[in-house]
Amino acid sequence: MENKVKLQIDKQTIEVSEGSTILDAAKSVGIDVPVLCYHPDLSLHGACRVCVVEEEESGELLASCAAPVNAGMKINTRSIKARKARRRNVELLLANHPNDCLGCNRNGSCELQDITYDLGITKEDIERVSGAVREHEIDDVGPALRRDLNKCILCGRCVRICEEVQGVSALQFTQRGFNSVVTTAFDMPQRDVNCANCGQCASVCPVGAINEKSEIEKVWSALEDDDIHVIVQTAPSIQATLGEEFGMRAGSVVTGKMVAALRRLGFDKIFSTDFAADLTILEEGSEFLKKLEGEGTLPHITSCCPGWVKYAEHNYSDLLNHLSSAKSPMQMFSALGKTYYPQQSGVKAKDVYTVAIMPCTAKKFEKNREEINATRFKDTDAVLTTRELARMIKEMGINFSKLADEDFDELMGTSTGAGTIFGTTGGVAEAAVRTVKEKLTGEPLEQLNLGFRGVNFAEVEIGDRTVKIAIANGLGNAEKLLEACREGDCECDFIEVMACPHGCVGGGGQPRPATKEKKIKRGTGLSGIDDKSVVRKSHKNPQVIKLYKEFLGEPMSGESHHLLHTTYKSRPKN
Amino acid sequence: MNETIYRSHVLVCTGTGCVSSGAKDLKTTLEKELTAKDMSGEVKIVETGCHGFCEKGPIMIIYPEGVFYCEVNEKDVKEIVDEHLLKGRTVERLLFKEPMTEEQIPSYQDIDFYKKQQRISLKNCGHIDPESIDEYIAVGGYEAAGKALTLMEPQEIIDELKESGLRGRGGGGFPTGLKWQFARNTESDKKYVICNADEGDPGAFMDRSLLEGDPHGIIEGMMIAAYAIGADEAYVYVRAEYPLAITRLEKAIQDAEEYGLLGENIFDSGFNFKLHIKEGAGAFVCGEETALMNSIEGKRGMPKPRPPYPSVSGLWGKPTNINNVETFANVPYIIKEGAEAFSSIGTESSAGTKVFALTGKINNTGLVEVPMGTTLREVIFEIGGGLDKNKKFKAVQTGGPSGGCLPEEYLNLPIDYDSLLDAGTMMGSGGMVVMDEDSCMVDVARFFLNFTQSESCGKCTPCREGTKRMLEILNRITEGEGREGDIELLEELGDHIKSTSLCGLGKSAPNPVLSTITHFRKEYEAHINHQNCPAGACQDLLSTYVIAAEDCIGCGKCAKVCPVDAISGEIKGVFAIDEDVCIACGACEPVCPVDAISQG
Amino acid sequence: MKSLAELKELRDKVKKDMKKRDQGTRPEIIVGMGTCGIAAGAREILKAILEEVETRDIDVRVTQTGCIGMCEKEPLIDVRMPGKERITYGNLSTSDVKEIISKHVINGNVVQELVIARHSE
Repeated sequence: MENKVKLQIDKQTIEVSEGSTILDAAKSVGIDVPVLCYHPDLSLHGACRVCVVEEEESGELLASCAAPVNAGMKINTRSIKARKARRRNVELLLANHPNDCLGCNRNGSCELQDITYDLGITKEDIERVSGAVREHEIDDVGPALRRDLNKCILCGRCVRICEEVQGVSALQFTQRGFNSVVTTAFDMPQRDVNCANCGQCASVCPVGAINEKSEIEKVWSALEDDDIHVIVQTAPSIQATLGEEFGMRAGSVVTGKMVAALRRLGFDKIFSTDFAADLTILEEGSEFLKKLEGEGTLPHITSCCPGWVKYAEHNYSDLLNHLSSAKSPMQMFSALGKTYYPQQSGVKAKDVYTVAIMPCTAKKFEKNREEINATRFKDTDAVLTTRELARMIKEMGINFSKLADEDFDELMGTSTGAGTIFGTTGGVAEAAVRTVKEKLTGEPLEQLNLGFRGVNFAEVEIGDRTVKIAIANGLGNAEKLLEACREGDCECDFIEVMACPHGCVGGGGQPRPATKEKKIKRGTGLSGIDDKSVVRKSHKNPQVIKLYKEFLGEPMSGESHHLLHTTYKSRPKN
Repeated sequence: MNETIYRSHVLVCTGTGCVSSGAKDLKTTLEKELTAKDMSGEVKIVETGCHGFCEKGPIMIIYPEGVFYCEVNEKDVKEIVDEHLLKGRTVERLLFKEPMTEEQIPSYQDIDFYKKQQRISLKNCGHIDPESIDEYIAVGGYEAAGKALTLMEPQEIIDELKESGLRGRGGGGFPTGLKWQFARNTESDKKYVICNADEGDPGAFMDRSLLEGDPHGIIEGMMIAAYAIGADEAYVYVRAEYPLAITRLEKAIQDAEEYGLLGENIFDSGFNFKLHIKEGAGAFVCGEETALMNSIEGKRGMPKPRPPYPSVSGLWGKPTNINNVETFANVPYIIKEGAEAFSSIGTESSAGTKVFALTGKINNTGLVEVPMGTTLREVIFEIGGGLDKNKKFKAVQTGGPSGGCLPEEYLNLPIDYDSLLDAGTMMGSGGMVVMDEDSCMVDVARFFLNFTQSESCGKCTPCREGTKRMLEILNRITEGEGREGDIELLEELGDHIKSTSLCGLGKSAPNPVLSTITHFRKEYEAHINHQNCPAGACQDLLSTYVIAAEDCIGCGKCAKVCPVDAISGEIKGVFAIDEDVCIACGACEPVCPVDAISQG
Repeated sequence: MKSLAELKELRDKVKKDMKKRDQGTRPEIIVGMGTCGIAAGAREILKAILEEVETRDIDVRVTQTGCIGMCEKEPLIDVRMPGKERITYGNLSTSDVKEIISKHVINGNVVQELVIARHSE
């Protein structure tokens, strides 16, 4: 039985569970207290002091995000003292901030800007407490992320998510006092440290300090050029998250509008990464089957997530032989985009420009990996995050919510429900089992919802054996699993890892702000698409069948090995 | 054990202060001299910890006479051996002279600096060899631990502590017994005790001296605490900049382990106790409990919001009791002599004694331990020997860099936790800086704030950004660029930082500024309104000198002494000072034979 | 360390040596250690005193001083019992030392035949 505590907030007497914070208590009765460093998915930090409230009896100011409720306490969230203190702390932050909102990537989605507006802070207020301003060089040498520490307000959300959720700790506080800064080891570019490029730091940043490295201009140029034939692929999760950028609820499925918008942006063909996900299942499924039959090392570990792959290369180089050699769906698609697609469409391979819309910042890194290119071109020319795509749609003046649904193009646009659930945790494992089980037993699988999504472990009977499956989302969870593997304590046959919490729906390139609650809704949106799909097994995808028949031959054949498989390399731990 | 009977004991202080003034060489020379005179079997040389009177180091005390020699160097050794040790004649010229009376005082106990002190925590410092567990035991060491472990229940110990009125000596002043009670009340399979020896206040060195001079005293105090709260493992978190303290502590731990005073089943009581040393890198903020624990865990020393308090969730999430070095040093006394003996010393709200690090414009700088309730005047003028004869007392700053400054009116203030808080400053860890009329209070406030700003961990907004803004304002005031409204803005920011900062560092950082505004507001106003520094300390505000042309005889003496060549002219003509070059050092004024130079 | 008794035993063993640093009100024997005294054998006297004090395990403060001024009567010692007048003994041999300690220091009876001066303070 949970103990209850009675207290008073803004003259209202309320009862909340013991151990709740004042902020929780206030929220429960609809009182909003502004927060900056607080994030519901992260540990309490209590640093920005923007959420202070007044304890009436002592007159003390308490950080409501961190202070637990006490029986009988009287809290005033609206007293002049509390409001003044909040304002003053925001003013102090702004006095050391570029305040160049108009040119900032976060203009309109910035939490600091919103609070400044809500508190009615004026330019004069800021000037009164202004003085020296910290100056930092912008780190934009990496392919995935851009750090502008001039905008950083030292809330520590990025530090916490990188350490607590991802277990990477690529970012840390350094220096002291006014010179405090969040940066990498020895202040190196993020590119050169053990960063997995997952972009979780960017996804929780309340201001414009960490963002994806934008490739929008590159894509505009390609679209403008009549000699270039631009084909685009959209990752499975995008259809369940893009709507948020246009004010829709989390989990809204906008597949048709997304396709329509892409066509209006001028892409020549609109394809789906889900198609390549089905293809991945056939390649990786065959590989797994072979391993089950004794060829190769179990457990088999997925490799579709580039954040996870880089993390493994840094930390588990001894286990890289467990990783599937199958490329990620995006890279499979791009390799085919410059071979199979020209063969089928008659467009010259050199004229094809491949763009990938991804939930992910690590994909921007993945496309630059040297060993990933199968063709004599760069297989993937540009990667845009969900956020970048939304920006382009806005710039083009497309009224997204009014668009009528349109369909993907043929050839590489058809997918199954199995390909779609790649975008959420457990989805890859589930899609793989649907195919592997049916192929191994030769009997049609009836029960397709295997219940892998949102769990850590599962067992499934395939023929006469029990296949043990482990699923990790978030690199911190992956670490626990892999440590067990390394110690020999893991009895699993198949391990699915997605670097971001909740899988690609929680990717570093997805709409902000993102919380656990929203990510779960996005995953539910994706599952809904699968449920409604007519074809829900990757090996039943007619376009994939056609691809093998006309181009690749068999899964794991020579041609598919050349185009669809890759290698990994060990990277330094720090 | 050495069975030799020595007729004399020569105690050579090898605290860090005396070592830096040459105590090691002194000891070597003494050894050589005694060997040469065939007296090494009669005279025992004992290295001791700090006596607190570092100003006069190296210090040597010769027993059984108890003669106290100060500022002894190698050249004095022969004379000491020949005269004192061989012939029994005191070497007068090495005796301490009272600064006020010039009187020579031969005995340790009779020097005002020591006479007016009451030493509980420091009692063994300078008296025993800190590297000898036998000497510690000889003076009654580990008896308190033995009593606690074999004759007392944990709760009895805590009750005794509560009754004694001991409060945290690290600055907070929280009742120690209550703190232990909280840690005891939390149920857990594992608990920790931590000794906070991250002494960060500039000028403070009582923790270092205690660890160097009486390491077993601290171990014993920690052992009693661990037994009382139900812990079996402890850490001493000590700055890496204290190598001697670390060495002595390591030796002490090793010796105690050999004697079975650390380890398993101590005193056959079933109580186990393991002690580790954790070296800190010396960030000021690591003196804050939660930051310190982060540091032990290998994380950045950054404070965490409290609650949860360490007594509930501390080191590695386990209930933890943290006390300061000096607090632990008082524990054996309380257990051995009883709560009443302790509470009879000091004031009603603040029992016992407190060690202060006396520095600044004062004759006898050093470590002093006095009963709570001793007045500032007694400490500064009687123990500290007052200021230089021709200087006037202006203010005393207590409590380390975040303490406040008190003017002359407060000299009769009895020192305890509450009286200092009421006066707008604090006990802190016991820093005490005396300032004379040449100290500019704006500059003093700026100095301390500069320290706290650069030592802020940078986590919370008010401390990181706010103290920087205050510092900028103080900078401009001392540079003559102060603006109207600056004092009010300083007060506003100061109050804001105090009321919204995350930890004690921020909550107290504005104290030096706010207290100097309260007591010396006119000085701030002079800087802002008249670009004048009344103490003559702010370089940018000193007015330059001028030569009255009608009086100048053209001798050129002034030009010769000017260090920056600001004065030029023809001999027998008229000299003039370039005010852009003049640094207002005043060197020219006294050399003018006709008094033609004055400050403009 | 298994008991308080064990600790106390150890303490008693080591504390004698530490007594030198106590400045209390104990019997005091002061040995004249001027050049004259040393020449007349004061160092041997001092050693003998220390040995006797050690053997008899008594609580006495033994100190030294310079020339007391009666050089022809060296070696000289002063014995001061708490609250009593100071007695100066002279022309001592090491065997006198034992007698003085047993009679005067332990039992409080001045050894009259060796006394050369009395001083009340």
